[in-house]
Amino acid sequence: MLRPVMFEGVRMATTLTINGEQISVDAPPDMPLLWVLRDVLGLTGTKFGCGIAQCGACTVHIDGKPVRSCVLPVAAVRDRPITTIEGIGATQAGARVQKAWLDLEVVQCGYCQSGQIMAAAALLAATPTPDDSDIDAAMAGNICRCGTYVRIRAAIRQAASGRQS
Amino acid sequence: MKLFDNFSDLARPDISRRSLLTGGLAAGVLLAFHLPVRAANEPIQPPDVTDGKFAPNAFIRIDTDGRTTLVMPQVEMGQGVYTSIAMILAEELDGDMARVVLEHAPPSDKLYGNPAFGIQATGNSNSIRAWWMPLRKAAASARAMLVQAAARQWQVEAASCTTSKGEVAHQPSGRRIDYGALADPARSETPPKDVALKDPKDFVYIGQPLKRLDTPDKVNGKAVYGIDAMLPGMKFATLAACPVRGGKVAKVDDTAARKVAGVRQIVVLDDLVAVVGDHMWAAKKGLDALKIDWDEGANATVSSEQIWRELRAASEQGGAIAKSTGDVTKALAAGERIEASYEMPFLAHATMEPINCTVRLRPDVCEVWTGTQVMTRVQSAVAQAAGLPVDEVIVNNHLLGGGFGRKLEPDMAVAAVRIAGKLDGPLQGVPLKVVWTREEDMRHDVYRPVYRDTIAATLSDGKIAAWKYKVAGSSVMARWFPPAFQKGIDIDGVDCAVDQPYDIPNLEVAFVQAEPRGVTTGFWRGVGPNNNVFAIECFMDELARRVGQDPVAFRRAMLGKNPRMRAALDLAAEKSGWGQALPARVGRGVAVTPAFASFIATVVEAEVDDAGEVHLRRIVSTVDTGIAVNPDTVVAQIEGGLIFGLTAALYGEITIAKGRVQQSNFNDYRILRIDQAPKIEVHLIKSGEAPGGIGEAAVTVGTPALRNAIYAATGVALRRMPVDRSLIAAGRKA
Repeated sequence: MLRPVMFEGVRMATTLTINGEQISVDAPPDMPLLWVLRDVLGLTGTKFGCGIAQCGACTVHIDGKPVRSCVLPVAAVRDRPITTIEGIGATQAGARVQKAWLDLEVVQCGYCQSGQIMAAAALLAATPTPDDSDIDAAMAGNICRCGTYVRIRAAIRQAASGRQS
Repeated sequence: MKLFDNFSDLARPDISRRSLLTGGLAAGVLLAFHLPVRAANEPIQPPDVTDGKFAPNAFIRIDTDGRTTLVMPQVEMGQGVYTSIAMILAEELDGDMARVVLEHAPPSDKLYGNPAFGIQATGNSNSIRAWWMPLRKAAASARAMLVQAAARQWQVEAASCTTSKGEVAHQPSGRRIDYGALADPARSETPPKDVALKDPKDFVYIGQPLKRLDTPDKVNGKAVYGIDAMLPGMKFATLAACPVRGGKVAKVDDTAARKVAGVRQIVVLDDLVAVVGDHMWAAKKGLDALKIDWDEGANATVSSEQIWRELRAASEQGGAIAKSTGDVTKALAAGERIEASYEMPFLAHATMEPINCTVRLRPDVCEVWTGTQVMTRVQSAVAQAAGLPVDEVIVNNHLLGGGFGRKLEPDMAVAAVRIAGKLDGPLQGVPLKVVWTREEDMRHDVYRPVYRDTIAATLSDGKIAAWKYKVAGSSVMARWFPPAFQKGIDIDGVDCAVDQPYDIPNLEVAFVQAEPRGVTTGFWRGVGPNNNVFAIECFMDELARRVGQDPVAFRRAMLGKNPRMRAALDLAAEKSGWGQALPARVGRGVAVTPAFASFIATVVEAEVDDAGEVHLRRIVSTVDTGIAVNPDTVVAQIEGGLIFGLTAALYGEITIAKGRVQQSNFNDYRILRIDQAPKIEVHLIKSGEAPGGIGEAAVTVGTPALRNAIYAATGVALRRMPVDRSLIAAGRKA
C-alpha cells in the first residue's frame, strides 16, 4: 500500500489511483501532479525537466492518455487513473516499448527516457502501427539531450512490429 | 554508493533498511528505490566493505558467493562508461559479467584519481584512454592471485591453469573452482610483480556489443539520479541567485511568500535567496511570491554587443604562440593571402536533469547526495563552505542525468550547503534537497565561451602552403585547472589546432586569452576542439572552392601523413555517395576531426528552403577510435554527439542584456527534437590501436559538416554559429 509522507498543517486530502493503487494524499489543489508523485509519494521515476510542458520528461498517463504532469494541478486529475513509468510495464504497450528500448539500447543518460517511454506507450496504444510521421508527431514533445532520437524511432517501430508478429 | 544491486537475483541484505527509508512503500513499485542512508547510530565512515571479500585493489571485490563488485572510478552520465569499464575489468579478470555488480566510487583522488588529470574527474573523453592500461593491469593481477590460490590448493603449476567466466580450471585433471570459493584463500596471495595482459585476439568481452548494465533500471523508473535522493524528514528548497553575475541581494520582502502553504523558511544569503518548503511546489510558489531587489553591481550593463566588441578587438592582438613550424611569415608573403574569421556563441549545457544537490549538514559532519563529474572537488568545496575537515564530508554520487561539462563544477553543492547552514529551529540538520528551476539552471550556468578564430593562408599547387591560425576566447583552464594554462596558452583552447590533421609545411597557432565580462565560462561537451575543428573545416571548404577542388579531394591530398584520418574520409565519401547528384537546394558537406584521439569523418546532407530554414536529411559518420571496447556504445555516442552538436549549430546561443542571460527555458533555448532528427549511419573502422575518446568526438564534427552542406547547397559561407537563416535566405543561389 502506498503511504504518503504527511506534512503538518496541510490538510487537503485527495484520493488518487496510481498504477492501480488508491491512495489519499495531502496536497494543495494547485500542486502539479509531478510534485505529488515525486516529493509526496516518492515515485521519482517521473522526472522534472522544465516545469512548463516543453520537454516531456514528466509525462504520465491519465486515462491512458499522455499528459505533462509538471503543469497538471492534482485537483484536475480527480478520480481518473494515473499510470507512471513505475507501472507502465504492466500494460501491453508499455512492456513492449520497454523491451524494445533495451533490445536496441536506446538509453544513454536515461533522464528523459521515462517520459519518452510513456509517450511511446501512449502512441502504440492509440496507433498500433505508426509510421515515421506518426512517431515524429507523437514524440516531438519529448526532448532528449543525449540525442537518442534515431534509436527511439527504431525502437517504436520494433515495438509496433512485435505486436503484429 | 551502491546503486546496482538488481542486475541479478542476488540476495539483498540491505532490504530492511531500504524499506525503512521508503516508509514501507509498495514493494514492486519502489523496491529499487535505494539510497545509501546511514542510520543515526551508524559510524560516520562505513565499515570496511572489503571484509571477507577478495579485494586486491580499489576496483574489484569478490564475495565468497562469487558476486563481483566493480567500483567505478569514472561517473556514468549516459556515455556508457560503467559498462565499458566493467568490460575492461571483467576481461582481464576473466570474470563473469552476469555476476557483476557496480558501485559508484567514493571520493578519493588517491584511489580513484583519473590518471590523466591526477584528480577524480570524468571529462575530456578520456575515461577509457586514461584507465585502459591501469584497469587491465589491476584486473590481470587479481586474476593471477586467484589462479595462484587455486594452483596452491590443487598443488599444480599456476601456468597449467586457465580461467573463464569467474572460474579457474585445471584441464589435465578436469578440476574447476569458482572465484567465490577462492575469495578467501586468494587474500593471502601476493600480487605478481609483472603480469601479462591478454592478447587482444583473446578478448571475450572487449569488442563485443554487450548490453549496458545501467539501462534496465532506466526504462522502469528505478534508476536513482541525484535529484531522486529521498531521505526521511527531508525538506525541499529552490533558489534565486542574482541574475547579474557578482550582484548581491539588496532587499527581500517575504510577506507573501511566508503565507504560502508548506513554506517553512526563507533563507537570504548575500547573493541568493532560497525558499525551503515541504515539497518543491511550496518552495517554488514561495520563491515566486518573493519580492527581491538586487544590487546588480559592476556587471549591470554588460551586453552581448559589448562582449563581442571586446572579443573582436582582442582577437586582433598577437597572442601567445602555441605552435610554429616552418616560416609562416615568409610563406604568407609569398602567395595570395586568404583570410577568414569564425565566431562561436555562448552555450548553456541544459542537462535534462536540472541542477540539484541534497545535503544534511550537522555540526560535525556533512553528507551530500548529488550527481557530479568531480567527486573530490565537491567534497573539498563542501568542506570549505561548511567549515569542516574534508574527512567529515561524505559524498554519495549518483547517476547523472546528463553532464556535458556542467557537473565539472561544485557550485550546486556549495549553494546547498550555504542554504542548509541557515536552517533554523526544527529544520536544523534535516536533509535538504535543493533543486534549481530550469530557468535558474539556464541563467546560472558556466557557459561555453564565445570564441573568435582568425585564419590566414596561402595556397600553392592546390595545397596549403602557409597557415596562420589564432584563437581568441576565454581560458576555461585558467580558472578550472591552472596548470593547463601556461605562458598565455590554454591547452584546451588550442586542442585540434596545434595538432590539426593536415600536412601543412608552414604553420602557426596562437592563443589570445579574452575573458568575457560578466560571464563565467566552463567546459561544454566537445570543449576546445568544437571551436577549432569548426573553424578549420569551414576554412578548408572555402579554400577548396578557391582552387576549384572537390572538398574531399582537397582534404585527402593533405592527409598523406595521417592514414587513419584519410581512411575515415575515404570511407565516409564512399558510404555517403559523395559526388552523386542531389536535388536542387540540397547539399552535402564533409568534415573530419582528430579530436580525443579518435578519427572521424562525417558527411551531412541538408536541404535549405526559401526562408533559409535548414532540414537535416542524412548523416554518415565513419569512425576509427582504435579498439572499440563496446562497439554499440561507440555508435550510440556518435549518434548522440552529432545531435548534440547540431542542436547547438541550429539553435544554440546564450545572449546577455543588462548583465542578464536572456534565455530561460526550452521555449527560448531550443533543442533539436525527433521530428528534425535525420537518419544517421555510423561505420566503425576496425583497428588494433589503443582506444580513443568517444563521448565528445562527434560533437566537434557535425557542425562544420552541416555548415559545409549549407555552403554546397547555397554558396553561402556561414562564419558564425548558430546558423543564421536570414543570411541563407538572402544569399541563397536561385
